[in-house]
Amino acid sequence: MLDIRGLRKTYQGSGRQVEAVRDLTFTVKAGELVCLVGPSGCGKTTLLKCMGGLLDPTSGEVLLDGVPVTGPPPGMAIVFQEYGRSLFPWMRVAENVELPLKEKGLPKAKRRRLVTDALRSVGLPDAADAYPWQLSGGMQQRVAIARALAYEPQVLLMDEPFAAVDAQTRADLEDLVRVLWQERGITVLFVTHDIDEAVYLGERVVVLSASPTVVQDELYIDLPDERDQLHTRVSPRFTELRTHVYEQIQAAKRAARADTSTLSAAADGDGRPAG
Amino acid sequence: MKALTRQVLFAVGLPAVLLGLWWAASDGSTDPFWPPLRTILRTFPSVWTGERLRSDVVPSVLRLAAGYALAGLVGVGLGTLIGSRRGVRAFCEPVLEFLRAVPPPVLVPVIMLFAGIGDTMKIVVIASGCVWPVLLNTVEGVRAVDSVMVETARSYHIGGVGRLRHLVLPAASPQIVAGLRQALSIGIILMVISEMFAANNGIGFTVVQFQRSFAIPDMWTGILLLGLLGFLLSVAFHFAERRVLGWYHGLRASTRRS
Repeated sequence: MLDIRGLRKTYQGSGRQVEAVRDLTFTVKAGELVCLVGPSGCGKTTLLKCMGGLLDPTSGEVLLDGVPVTGPPPGMAIVFQEYGRSLFPWMRVAENVELPLKEKGLPKAKRRRLVTDALRSVGLPDAADAYPWQLSGGMQQRVAIARALAYEPQVLLMDEPFAAVDAQTRADLEDLVRVLWQERGITVLFVTHDIDEAVYLGERVVVLSASPTVVQDELYIDLPDERDQLHTRVSPRFTELRTHVYEQIQAAKRAARADTSTLSAAADGDGRPAG
Repeated sequence: MKALTRQVLFAVGLPAVLLGLWWAASDGSTDPFWPPLRTILRTFPSVWTGERLRSDVVPSVLRLAAGYALAGLVGVGLGTLIGSRRGVRAFCEPVLEFLRAVPPPVLVPVIMLFAGIGDTMKIVVIASGCVWPVLLNTVEGVRAVDSVMVETARSYHIGGVGRLRHLVLPAASPQIVAGLRQALSIGIILMVISEMFAANNGIGFTVVQFQRSFAIPDMWTGILLLGLLGFLLSVAFHFAERRVLGWYHGLRASTRRS
């Protein structure tokens, strides 16, 4: 479904080259819910933008159904972390959800049906006429999810969508993502820096290294399909898996530090000042 | 209800006090250039109703409206173009800064040379002064559209006209409205100035005529009328803004609360 092959992204910034993503290869199968987790600043957002066609990779490619992604692909929707900056504040909730459908050229009756259905799915059937800024943060993110759902994507990319909401809202939203994924059979790629969230949500977790990013580890989450915040999170298997992911991330961070110190050692060896 | 009364009292209070002071200070005046306010107010209705309303006030207001509308269209149109393209912006900015720095009244004699002394000249003068705040504010507003919103639009394939209509212009609208507000007062000033230079009707023209014919109380009524006109226009503007930017004020209030 979604193939990331040898993806590399470097930024050219004021005379020096910054390598954000070094070499990423992984696959997301149709209907899978995959979580990408990595230390903060590991180029997750860069990766997501490359997959969403918002950023061109320096080398390597992203394939959606075998077709290289060169711009935002039609069958893909993105939920951004900054819900307050992603919803249009001059439009009411229903208008926000409807706008992409209008631009798609769908007939009015179908648009209305999709909007109502999407808002009901995220638990906001009565918010259609409100402005986004009249809602709480968690509700705004639900609207953003509804907008993505109404768009009927094959692949849903979520970029740390719950990083800015409080813990209880977050738990509710995590369950919402699981439910929507199970009900609608869409492929979900969920980027997060929260290990528990990744293990709780995912069928599979891809652990990324620190920047310049490579795939540190991939593991299958063999927890039961029916998960709930209370029991899943205290099950022994959950603890094992999260410990494993945690260790991998720590290893990634250590490797990154070792990498920088060898670099500076090499620089010292050349008789040039480090840094 | 009580709050409303309070608001009205607050709004009317200072003007009432100032008028009272003017009334008292000028009441016994025998200076022909400073007639008592009583005389000015008594003259007002006879000067500005009937024939002169049609022959001077309406033409002035129409020219203002035409010039202002022209400036709005050109300013928002060009500003959107310049603001959306970094290259165009870098290319145009020095020239814009220069043109903006030229005081618009100085253009009156120049514009008179090729546009004559008719309505065209006055509309062009008003437009050429009003366009700058609209243009520059639009450029800024369009340039500052939030990057996440831009990416959202891109990922949902909102492009072309839809992008302009649903993203760029609404996002820039608070800035555009700020520019339009500045332009409104500039427009009134230029309306009067263009009529004082060369005209055969209009409020500015009439005020100068009164002064030259020593009809001093009549001249003063013209000044009051201009003040009143400016006030009414700004009240109308305020209401229009509340409508158009309702979302913006709501958004700001909600971010202040949280």
